[in-house]
Amino acid sequence: MLVNFSLLIQAPLLNVQLMLDGLFIGAIFALAAYGLALVWGVMNVKNLAQGEFVIMGGYIAWYMGTLGIHPILALPVAAVLMFGFGWVLYVTIIRRVIARDLFTSLLATFGIALVIQQALNLAFGPAVQSAHSGFEIRSFFDGMVTVADIKFVSFGLCVLLAGAVVLFMKRSRMGQAIRATAQDARAAKVMGIDTERVYAFTYSLNCAICGAAGVLVSMIWVIQPFYGVPHSIRAFVIVTAAGLGNLPGVILAGLGLGLAEQYSGFVLGAQFQQATVVGLLVIVLIWRQYLLIKHRQVVR
Amino acid sequence: MRRDKTPPWVLVALLLAGIAAPFLFPAYILQIAILWIMVMFAVTWDIMGGQMGYNSLGNITFFGVGMYITGLVQVGLFTDIGPYTSARGGEQLVLNHADYFYGLLLGLAAASVGCAILAVLIGQTMFGLRGAYFAIGTLGIALSARELFGTWEWVGGGSGIALPVYPGYPDEKSQIFYWLCFVLAILAFMFVRWLYSTRFGLAINAIRDDEDKAEAMGIHTNRHKSFAWSVSAFFLGISGGLFGNMTGFVEPAEVAFPVVTFGIFMVAMSLLGGKGTLWGPVIGAVLFHVVKETTWTYFLGWQWIALGVIIIVNVVFFQQGIMGWLIMKFPERFGIAVDRSGSRDGGAQ
Repeated sequence: MLVNFSLLIQAPLLNVQLMLDGLFIGAIFALAAYGLALVWGVMNVKNLAQGEFVIMGGYIAWYMGTLGIHPILALPVAAVLMFGFGWVLYVTIIRRVIARDLFTSLLATFGIALVIQQALNLAFGPAVQSAHSGFEIRSFFDGMVTVADIKFVSFGLCVLLAGAVVLFMKRSRMGQAIRATAQDARAAKVMGIDTERVYAFTYSLNCAICGAAGVLVSMIWVIQPFYGVPHSIRAFVIVTAAGLGNLPGVILAGLGLGLAEQYSGFVLGAQFQQATVVGLLVIVLIWRQYLLIKHRQVVR
Repeated sequence: MRRDKTPPWVLVALLLAGIAAPFLFPAYILQIAILWIMVMFAVTWDIMGGQMGYNSLGNITFFGVGMYITGLVQVGLFTDIGPYTSARGGEQLVLNHADYFYGLLLGLAAASVGCAILAVLIGQTMFGLRGAYFAIGTLGIALSARELFGTWEWVGGGSGIALPVYPGYPDEKSQIFYWLCFVLAILAFMFVRWLYSTRFGLAINAIRDDEDKAEAMGIHTNRHKSFAWSVSAFFLGISGGLFGNMTGFVEPAEVAFPVVTFGIFMVAMSLLGGKGTLWGPVIGAVLFHVVKETTWTYFLGWQWIALGVIIIVNVVFFQQGIMGWLIMKFPERFGIAVDRSGSRDGGAQ
C-alpha cells in the first residue's frame, strides 16, 4: 500500500494516467446520477434500478456490436429503446408507487433491478463483455500515459449528451413542465400541465439517459449482468453528496467519485475499488447526518 | 399495551408441529431448520421495519458478522486461524465432542453479544437517517461489510474459512442443528411477543407513527431505536453462527453476507405476511419458504426473475400483506372496534 503511494510521488506521470481515467469514467457516473436526481427531484422515486438501466444500455451496444454495427451508432438506438422501456415500466409499476411512502418505491425498483439482472444473465450469460469500438490506443510521455482514443470520444459524447439534456430542460415545453412539476406538482396541475404525462416522460428520460451512459460504459469499460449494483450505488453517492437540483454539484461529485475510485484502486489494490464506492456511500450519509445534527435537538 | 390475543392452542399446535417435523420428514430436516431461521429473520426484521418504521435493508450484516465471530472463536480457541482459511490450504479442524460444543456455545454467545454491541455502534451513525436514506445507508453497511471481509486476509479474504468438523455422524449433526434453530426461532418469537406487549412496543410504534412527536412526548427515541436494533442483531448473530456451522464453511459473498438473497428475503417475507403485525412475518416466512423450496427447481433458471416479480407485485399491489388484509377484512376478529357512523351508510343522515 505504502509502496504504491510512494510510487505515485516518485512518478508523477502515473497521477496523470489515474486522473484521466478517473475523469473519463467519472463523467459517465455524473450522467447516470443526473438521471437519478431528475427522477428523485421530480417524482420522489428513489430508483434503485438505475445501474441496471446503465447495464441494459451497455448490452444494447454490445449486442449491436456483435451484429457488426459500431457502438457509437448504438447510442441513439439505446436511448430510444430505453425510453420506451422506461415508459412501459412507468405505466405498469412506477405510476402506482409515486404517491406511496418512500420505502415502497425503493423496494419496487429493487425488484425491477433484480428482474433485469437475472433476465440479462439468462439472455447473455455471466461473462464480462465490452463493446469493441476499433479506435487506437494513444500514448503520451514516451508511453507512460496511455489513453484509448475511444475515451476521448466518449468524454465528448458525454458532454454533448449532458448539454443536450440541460438545454432540453431549459428551453423545451416539456422541460419547463418537468421543472414546474418538480417545484409544485399541484400548482402545475392547476396550470393545466398533465403531471401524469410529465412523470412518465421524466422516468423514460431517465431511462434514456442511463441507456446512453451504458453505451459509453460498454465502450470504455466492461459490462456484466451483475455490475449494475455498483452503478446504482455510485448514482446514490453522487446525488446524496451533491443534493437534488444541483447540476454543478452532480458533475463535480461524479468526477470526484471517478478520481477517488481510480486512486483507491491503485493505492489500496483493485479489490478495494468496490469497497471505496460503498464506503463513500456510508461516509456521505454520515457526513450529511453530522451536518443535520447541529440543527437537531435530541432528548438525552 | 396490546397483549397478543392468539388462543394458546395455536401456539401449542405450532410447537408440536415443530417438534414432530423432523420425525415426519427426516429427509428435509435441514430445509425445515432453515425455515425456522427464515421465521426468525422475518420476525427480527419486523421489530425495526414493521413496528418502528425503520426499514433496514442491511440486517444481514449481523448475520454475517455473527457467523464470522462464531467461526473465529470456534477455530481460534484451539489453534491458529491461518491454516483453516482456504487461501492457505483450508484444512479441516477435527475436535472431540466436548471441545466442539464448548467452542460452538462460546462462539454463539460471543456472536450474539458482539452483534448486539455492533448494532448499537452502527446505530449511532445510522439512526439520524430516516425513510429511504436509512434503507440505503443500511444497504451500504451490509455491502461494505461484505467487501471488508472479502479483503481481510486474516479471515481468509474472498475465499473464506473452514469451520470445525462435527465429531459425530452427519445425521446427528442435522438433528442437533435443527433443534438449535427451532429453539432460537421460538425464543425470538416469544421474546418479541413479550416485547410488543410492554411499554417498549408502544414506544417504538409511536416512533413509527411520528418520530418528532414521540420525541416531544419525552420518549428517548435514540435509546429505543438502539435497543430495538440490538435485539434484532442479537438473534441474527446467533442464527449466523448456526447457519455457518450447518454449511461448514464461511465465505463473504454467498454464505455470510447474502445481501440480495437472505437480506431481501427477510424484507419480502415480512411484507408478504404483513409488516407491523406479530404473526405476519411468521406466516409470510413459512409461506415464502415452503413455496420457494417446493417450486424453486421447476423454474429452470427463472426463479430469480420470479422472485423479483413477487417482490414488485407484493410491494405495489399487496403492501398490507396477508395479516394486514385480514385485519382490514375482519377488524372485529382482531379486537378493533369500527366506528361506522362516519361511513357512507351511517353518516349520510
